[in-house]
Amino acid sequence: MLEKVLKGSPKYYMWLAFLGGIIGIGAITYLFQLKYGLSLTGMSRDVTWGFYIAQFTYLVGIAASAVMLVLPAYFHGYKQFKKIIIFGEFMAIGAVVMCMLFIVVDMGMPQRMLNVMLHPTFNSVMFYDMMVLIGYLCLNAIIGWKTLECERFQIAPPQWVKYLIYTSVIWAFSIHTVTAFLSQGLPGRHYWLTAVLAARFLASAFCAGPALLLLLLMIVKKLAKFEIGKEAIKTLTIIITYAMCLNVFLFLCEVFTAFYSNIPGHMHPLHFLFAGTEQGLPWVTYWMWIGAVLAIASLVLLIPTSLRENMKILPWALSMLVLATWIDKGLGLIVGGFAPSPFGTWALYAPTVPELLISLGIFGVGAFIVSILWKIAIDVKREAGTL
Amino acid sequence: MKRSRRQFLKVASLSVAGLGAQLAAGGMTQAAAAVKPSYKKNALALKAKRWAMVIDTREFASKEDFDACINACDTAHNIPQMPGNTEIKWIWKDAYDHTFTETTNKYQSKEVEDREYFMLCNHCENPPCVRVCPTQATYKLENGIVAMDYHRCIGCRFCMAGCPFGARSFNFTDPRPYIKDINPKFPTRMIGVVEKCNFCVERLDEGKLPACVEAAPGKIHFGDLSDPESDVRKLLDENYTLRRKPALGTEPGVFYII
Ligand code: SF4
Ligand code: SF4
Repeated sequence: MLEKVLKGSPKYYMWLAFLGGIIGIGAITYLFQLKYGLSLTGMSRDVTWGFYIAQFTYLVGIAASAVMLVLPAYFHGYKQFKKIIIFGEFMAIGAVVMCMLFIVVDMGMPQRMLNVMLHPTFNSVMFYDMMVLIGYLCLNAIIGWKTLECERFQIAPPQWVKYLIYTSVIWAFSIHTVTAFLSQGLPGRHYWLTAVLAARFLASAFCAGPALLLLLLMIVKKLAKFEIGKEAIKTLTIIITYAMCLNVFLFLCEVFTAFYSNIPGHMHPLHFLFAGTEQGLPWVTYWMWIGAVLAIASLVLLIPTSLRENMKILPWALSMLVLATWIDKGLGLIVGGFAPSPFGTWALYAPTVPELLISLGIFGVGAFIVSILWKIAIDVKREAGTL
Repeated sequence: MKRSRRQFLKVASLSVAGLGAQLAAGGMTQAAAAVKPSYKKNALALKAKRWAMVIDTREFASKEDFDACINACDTAHNIPQMPGNTEIKWIWKDAYDHTFTETTNKYQSKEVEDREYFMLCNHCENPPCVRVCPTQATYKLENGIVAMDYHRCIGCRFCMAGCPFGARSFNFTDPRPYIKDINPKFPTRMIGVVEKCNFCVERLDEGKLPACVEAAPGKIHFGDLSDPESDVRKLLDENYTLRRKPALGTEPGVFYII
């Protein structure tokens, strides 16, 4: 099936070349970072995780979200999703690869990366995170490839694939839970030290991931001219809406706990994110408010059935939702966790240009992988007549 | 063709023979190792079950009082003098409300509030930094000291996120150009790893007290917390002391006489 990568329209090649350019810029910038160290980033002694780890956290959610298609299809026999599952699984592969790259570029000593495996440390959540990520990548690659191959020859997938699929459902929950545990169990970081963090992560992943998937499918649908299926879109948007409601609810729980208890340590991060410090508003405050407004707006457009089913409005609502959740997790979470420093001071952080270029390069890699995999999937499906 | 095959066989048989010899030699060194241990502790080494530090904050008044200790530590450990918010700090001073974030009081004694306080790694009994490190580059010694293996560290900075005391520093850039006079007796660190105070474990091994303790006689005390007869326990008996963030349960090993 790999040969499908090679046959494409000029537009497809231009797109890949464009991504290649972005990846190249990111790679060259990374070479500088290798030489001059993480001093090229905006991180400091007090803010030791920044944009990279935030993107990692967000993308684990995107990766885990494939389960929102797999679970209804395989656990509840919901046939409408079967057609698009493969796209979710292939998107998960791209997302996991990006996650791994974000961890690698964040390391001070990437050449020693294997130490995590050579000296397995069972009390470190990072060890489990590495394991579950690698496992999830393999699961999705095997399941995706095998089911696509079977579709090509128009035969039913073998039984063992089914077992792998069931495993992957549980696995998806575990990757995002373990990622939440990375920060959820750290003493002295009040913004993260909350039992609902893992639940918040899952809720935000299960709305953001499918929303992104649907958006991308809508674009590809136009380019490759195929039907996603009205029923499938309807059901998926309902799932997205419920997950987003839960996500917002859990966030409000955090706000209540912090401000009703009136404990300074718990109020500080939220106060910093939404109201700045005595010295003024940091950049992140503007973003947080944009995120809050977008989150509410997306719900206003998604909750009423008449609006949700309007195909003209839907892409806007989904875009707002993706941006809102990205601001919450891909910007606010890490900054809010570090901003009140261990000394009770305000530690300011802003990503630098090299940091953003490297991140852009990694997003380019993800887009490249997803483009190629989706291209294969579409071609195979078209030949098999299942598109 | 033929020749190359013959050559291959020759090389192969030679390497098999070599492997055998190596195995035999390995077995021999192993046997030798069983007879006498290759690592012996220094007879002069100071020993304790649980090292701890008591800082008499009343004794630190002038800048010189603080600088003596900071400089002693900096020179002993090749600590670079880096500007900005990516600096490396093993022991440093700061205000009361930055040191004891949860014990501040609106109507605090002015004198206590205006004093400055030393901060350093607390060598916690339940150190979160050890718990989260994915490579065991941060580990706890039998004597309670939390140590770092700079050659194991992958620079993920998980330990820094985990330490609630801000006791760790990361080498964002190559530290060597920023070291004034390199002390050849202590290793310098490379770019990309985390470091922190090590309670002068290398000096304790030679029978010496930590550099900061030596530089501030009678002001900083060091001893065995598990021994009721020790200096530090007596001081804790007789004085009112604070520890940083005790509510977090890390059980810091640095005590402050207020
Ligand atoms: S003070 Fe921080 S670095 Fe030192 S042992 Fe405790 S947690 Fe670890
Ligand atoms: S930065 Fe080094 S010492 Fe800290 S957790 Fe990572 S590997 Fe361990």
